[in-house]
Amino acid sequence: MSETSKKVVYSVCSMCTVRCPIEIEVENGAVKHIWGNPHVLGGRFLCPRGAAGKVFENDSERLQGPMIRSGERGSGEWRKATWDEALDYVAERLKKVIETYGPESVILGDRGGAFTDLQKAFIKALGSPNYFNHHGSCSNSVHNAHNGMTGQRRNTVSYDWKNCKYAVLYGRNILESIGTKEAKDFIDALENGMKFTYFDIRWNYTAAKADRFHIIKPGSDYAVNLGIIHTLISEKLYDAEFVNRWVLGFDELAKFISPYTPEWAEKESGVPAREIVAIAHEMAEVKPAVILYAGWMTAWTEDDYYFRRSIYMIYALLGGYEAKGGMLFNKNEVDAGYKPLKKFVDLVPKVDKKRFDGVGWKYKHLSADYGLAQMVPYAVLNEDPYPVKAFINYRFDPLSAFPDPEKFKEGLRKLDLLVTIDVNYSHTGWVSDVILPEATYLERTDSVIVKSGPKPSLWIRRKAVEPKFDAKPKWWILKQLADRLGIGQYFPYNSVEDIIAFQLQDMGLKLEDFNSKGIVSLAKDQIMWDRKDGLKFKTPSKKIEFVSSMLEENGIPSFPPYESPKEPPEGFFRLTTGKTAVHTQGTTLNNPYLNEIQPENSLWINTTEADKMGIKSGDTVEISADGVVQTIKAYVTDFIHPTAVYTLHGYGREIPLQSRAFKKGMRDNTLMKGLLKVSIGGNVPMTDCFVNVRKVS
Amino acid sequence: MSDYYIYQDQKRCIGCRACEVHCKTKNDVPVGASFCKIIPVGPHVQDGIPRIKFIFMPCFHCESPWCILACPTGAMQRRAEDGITSVEPSLCIGCKACITACPWGAPQWNQEAGKVFKCDYCKDRIDQGLEPACVTGCTTAALKWISPAESTSIRREQFAKKMSQGSQNP
Repeated sequence: MSETSKKVVYSVCSMCTVRCPIEIEVENGAVKHIWGNPHVLGGRFLCPRGAAGKVFENDSERLQGPMIRSGERGSGEWRKATWDEALDYVAERLKKVIETYGPESVILGDRGGAFTDLQKAFIKALGSPNYFNHHGSCSNSVHNAHNGMTGQRRNTVSYDWKNCKYAVLYGRNILESIGTKEAKDFIDALENGMKFTYFDIRWNYTAAKADRFHIIKPGSDYAVNLGIIHTLISEKLYDAEFVNRWVLGFDELAKFISPYTPEWAEKESGVPAREIVAIAHEMAEVKPAVILYAGWMTAWTEDDYYFRRSIYMIYALLGGYEAKGGMLFNKNEVDAGYKPLKKFVDLVPKVDKKRFDGVGWKYKHLSADYGLAQMVPYAVLNEDPYPVKAFINYRFDPLSAFPDPEKFKEGLRKLDLLVTIDVNYSHTGWVSDVILPEATYLERTDSVIVKSGPKPSLWIRRKAVEPKFDAKPKWWILKQLADRLGIGQYFPYNSVEDIIAFQLQDMGLKLEDFNSKGIVSLAKDQIMWDRKDGLKFKTPSKKIEFVSSMLEENGIPSFPPYESPKEPPEGFFRLTTGKTAVHTQGTTLNNPYLNEIQPENSLWINTTEADKMGIKSGDTVEISADGVVQTIKAYVTDFIHPTAVYTLHGYGREIPLQSRAFKKGMRDNTLMKGLLKVSIGGNVPMTDCFVNVRKVS
Repeated sequence: MSDYYIYQDQKRCIGCRACEVHCKTKNDVPVGASFCKIIPVGPHVQDGIPRIKFIFMPCFHCESPWCILACPTGAMQRRAEDGITSVEPSLCIGCKACITACPWGAPQWNQEAGKVFKCDYCKDRIDQGLEPACVTGCTTAALKWISPAESTSIRREQFAKKMSQGSQNP
């Protein structure tokens, strides 16, 4: 009998985009089990999606080799290709597009996140300014709101759950839409006595653990916050010292807030005024040890931007920046005294060209780090501001993530080239010309990333097993394309070890330093900045700008009058969506174990409304908007606002090769007709979708 | 003697099902069978807020297992040293008498093999000094691998803590 070979590889999960640290047990060249990395998490805790990484790896219903379409776009007719053939196909068409229309006619979109250096370098090296990511359908409004007020994106701060005494969450279903560490930290905090107030348009597992819970009128979170701010200011419960030192525009806020009393907020939101006052009192009592969750997926409404601003204003009023139990600034390698981790994108000369999506010229207050993916179809169809002819789509699926996929597809059909690089089948991949399969996160090593935080560290994703199919890592794919396109000099490596050596060269570190724990800690203790003089706000005034110079300069008011959220017309409901702990939107629906637990979505509808239509739980209902009709099973409950319906996002997959997920449940985004819009925060207003519901007899 | 107990802290459990997936992954359980299961019960309104309980259902490894009494071939066996009940596949004839006998639905049907299989507390892990996969991987550390005696003292401590918190904040 041959001896069993065993090893443990520390790496970074990619079953969703939280990127949890993992420990992979490998036996005889195959994944045996995936746990949380105990050196980072203090235990082997890992969420169900992370645990299902092994069956994902072993599944054959995923991309198996390069594919070139042999039929019409989206026909599902493919031929297998060799890597050389597929790469030549892509490079030749890219060359032709660049020669005819210029490099800016090539755009590159991805999921965003920490591993973006190489694809940013690639598009920049081609001479195009057009990198963008999925944030238009996710966190654009919260990123841009914080950026406009403090010059810092949302993720430049983190929450100090360990010392938090009071938390307020708004529609952030932290215990179902989970990251392993965050969910555990939150539960630890509750066990340590943290009080927790929750607002949502429906009950969920998070609400079940709350001390105060209110089902509010959809879109009225902002009104609740204005009521809280009114109380904090009128009763002088704010941290005057912090406000005087760090806030610009307090008087303007005080003037703006005067009509928005708790009684007014009650009329808007349905939350009793006495509750709003009590919540403000409870926060003030334990300030600054208060966390108000600024939001994860925040593409809710047209004015979401102003709601997110109000959250950060309450933080400032409570003195919650760089505060124990509140928010802490994330420090990077430079803050920890190291030279920067080198980036490939910095090797490439700057591109001085107008962006396709209007960011930087039409939308000066929005960040080019994220861009506006929702502008892709318009730019392609209208050739405005110039022709967009090729789209390199790296692990991004706008046809699943964004509203109105039919409209989006209309734009994609007019492209000269659509190439998708992914580990999974996706709706966008399915209408592409070429699909290049990326080796899975278990089969590849990626670049080193900085995990900024109060205690910064370096993380790395490392190969644990050989690719099961004919798939390649991203660094190899991009290098191959770069060589074919004459930009190979910006990718001066032959292996991933070369990449890592390049990245680490100034830091005095090497790959082997990651072997024992999977990460390299850059600081012994938390790095804390001085709350009196050391806070690094990157606004022109170096303060938290309630009156935002970024907005004012661009003719956008910092304090527009409150507008009530739109009401659905008679017979219609606002469609809202969310997540479950067992799925990462559509990408895991075909995973054998995760599919088994939650194979379909259902439609939550309020009992009173359902009774009017004779709908009972389990009945099949028809849900429609602007001529799009879907069917779904109803779940009738008292615990959802009567004007809203709710479903899990991402179901109704239309890729026949994913047999377990194919046509299971309802594809929510198809109903969101006409919502490929740019709201003030750069987000699509995903929940401004009104649907009709009727029983199917 | 049954030495082990999986304690589930309801306050910590978020119903995420990581226990189920870690279990299936570790034991290579095919789709259709589950050695453990989280059953959500609720919501039920308590003090104005809808609460939910997530009931964790592994095999309880009874002191007098009904499945063993029902098994005609001796396939269902109990380890004398620590009370773990498991199936010896070579002896199982697939009669399903254990499935009929167990009030908690613990024995599972292996469609591919035509035999019963079930939770054995990951005894290969236990023998290496580790804990069952469901406990080790639990997202929020809601499951704890302890002795029955320890579980009762945790309950008492929690109750006492709650009492004292109540008296501080009436």
